[in-house]
Amino acid sequence: MFHSSFTRSIRLGINSLLLHKLRSLLTTLGVLFGVSSVIAMLAIGEGASEEAQEQIRQLGSQNVILRSIKPLEDKVSSSSYGVNAYGLTWHDFERASETFPWVENSIPVKNIVQEVRFEDKVINPRILATTWEYQNVTGRIVHRGRFISQADDDLVSNVCVIGYEVSRLLFPGLESIGQKIKIGPEYFKVVGVILPRVPLSDDMPKVNTSVTSEILIPLTTGRRWFGDMTVKIRSGSREMEQVELNEIVLAVRSPEQVPYTASASREMLARHHQQKDYEVVVPLELLARAEETKRIFNIVLGCIASISLLVGGIGIMNVMLATVTERTREIGIRRALGARRHHIMLQFLVETVVLSVGGGVLGIALGVFVPVLVEYYADMRTIVTLSAPLLAFGISVSIGLVFGLYPAWQAANLNPVDALRHG
Amino acid sequence: MLLLEAEKFMKVIAELRNVSRTYQMGGIAVHALDGISVPFGAEEYWAIMGASGSGKSTLLNILGCIDRPTGGSYFVDGCDTNDLDDDDLSRLRGASIGFIFQSFNLIPQLNLLENIMVPLFYQDGSTSDGAARAENLAERVGLADRLSHRPSELSGGQQQRVAIARALINDPKIILADEATGNLDSQTASEILDIFSELHSEGKTILLVTHEEKISHQAQRVLRLRDGKVDLIK
Repeated sequence: MFHSSFTRSIRLGINSLLLHKLRSLLTTLGVLFGVSSVIAMLAIGEGASEEAQEQIRQLGSQNVILRSIKPLEDKVSSSSYGVNAYGLTWHDFERASETFPWVENSIPVKNIVQEVRFEDKVINPRILATTWEYQNVTGRIVHRGRFISQADDDLVSNVCVIGYEVSRLLFPGLESIGQKIKIGPEYFKVVGVILPRVPLSDDMPKVNTSVTSEILIPLTTGRRWFGDMTVKIRSGSREMEQVELNEIVLAVRSPEQVPYTASASREMLARHHQQKDYEVVVPLELLARAEETKRIFNIVLGCIASISLLVGGIGIMNVMLATVTERTREIGIRRALGARRHHIMLQFLVETVVLSVGGGVLGIALGVFVPVLVEYYADMRTIVTLSAPLLAFGISVSIGLVFGLYPAWQAANLNPVDALRHG
Repeated sequence: MLLLEAEKFMKVIAELRNVSRTYQMGGIAVHALDGISVPFGAEEYWAIMGASGSGKSTLLNILGCIDRPTGGSYFVDGCDTNDLDDDDLSRLRGASIGFIFQSFNLIPQLNLLENIMVPLFYQDGSTSDGAARAENLAERVGLADRLSHRPSELSGGQQQRVAIARALINDPKIILADEATGNLDSQTASEILDIFSELHSEGKTILLVTHEEKISHQAQRVLRLRDGKVDLIK
């Protein structure tokens, strides 16, 4: 009995709404756009956060990365011959390896600034000279061929592993393994292709670097051919920089060891460096920061969404109030025919909920569709979780209930005599 | 004399006892009804007459339980309406009173069959045979072939027939008709009045509000109001 009267109420509500199709559609627009923006923004936010987390995970959540940074200009110790010497040193590397027994692996990394040529193509990728263990601690994926081996390092071989982007740029349509590329004045044989590493937001490539990917060569080879000196030609003057090591990656056994490894490293570096020419990057901390950013994003999103849904709800309430006035006579008739207050109340409440749920369902459809477009055109990752449409549906039902309550209450409390005389 | 004797034994279905209805209009009390006492016997056909402003409409509202007296009591089937709350009154309306209005008052977005069925939905209990009953009633008022039509597609006479069918769906004891023929041409009006006579002969109590003397002749009994007071009971 209840079931049939309930479905009848819904059918009745839909019928009344279909009587004014355009009006009903316009009324639902507020909720429609509110709901779709909630879903779309959640999907985009979720995608962006997922991407950021993956980038950080690529750095390795069990790593602590010590990195050389150029100190502020006025603090640069002007050493002899106009050479700017700063950054991490081999002493730092040895100290770190020796004093932190829990560190499983410490890997030195040097950045090499050289042009890379193949035939007539010239690019300026990020070139890293490092050891074969680099792959293990950073989780690089070998796409084809192999990574740098210990033998390469021992033999000081002229081999390199190139990023996917580099391979695509230098050897479009060609097999890249076995090709010889020229780094600076030296020829290097390509032995492997790795999938591109996505740069950290605060580790963006230099402006004049046309390729975001990287080339890896054995550390010994890098030291042999390129030394520690970097010459930069800038606006007519030449500037020389000497950096022994650009990065030291410390890998520990478990994430719990990360915080004290980080603080011990900071302490150690502070003791041996007069100036702040280093930084300690902790991916785990970045991960926590990314979580925090996501939380803030969600709060902001929640506020925007609530406002738009509030506006949508008010729109619906407004129309329902007008509808109650318009249908005062109908209410009077129904009351005269035996309708109790709660019947009238239910009728209008159901109508409002049908309206807002209708908007909600259309909004869900639109909200699921928009991320697809965003993914396609803006090349951003989006993730539509199942909970988002469910949440949106729940929200639209409650909007109907909340904003339908007052108009329905008003309809139910009309005096039957006056209502019958109306219009 | 014999008639009066019979009246004493006749069951009273609705009774006004010293009923008053006072409106407050801008601080001034207007007495629309002023101490009216009328017993309406079961299965009687009453014409309620009076000039406009005599309190006919107010009386009808009270008889129909959509308004309450401000003084006195109104009994329906032996039950004092003063003791009923809003929901009870609604139930009573739905079950015992069939309304027929001057302007038909069908619900525009519902079709003929749905209109007839409206009172069913507000009654407690099963309505499983409702559609069949509604179809029977539609057939009875001669509209069986127009079940899916909307009110706007029907003539005035047809709409009033639908309203009559709707008033009958819950098989009420009392039919309240408010100037039911007022918006109809004389031919259609007499058809509608024939239906009322028929209903009366089937045992319904009919209370017909009208200002036309001619119509009142159809009725068995006449109540005439003047200035909110009983002018004549015949």
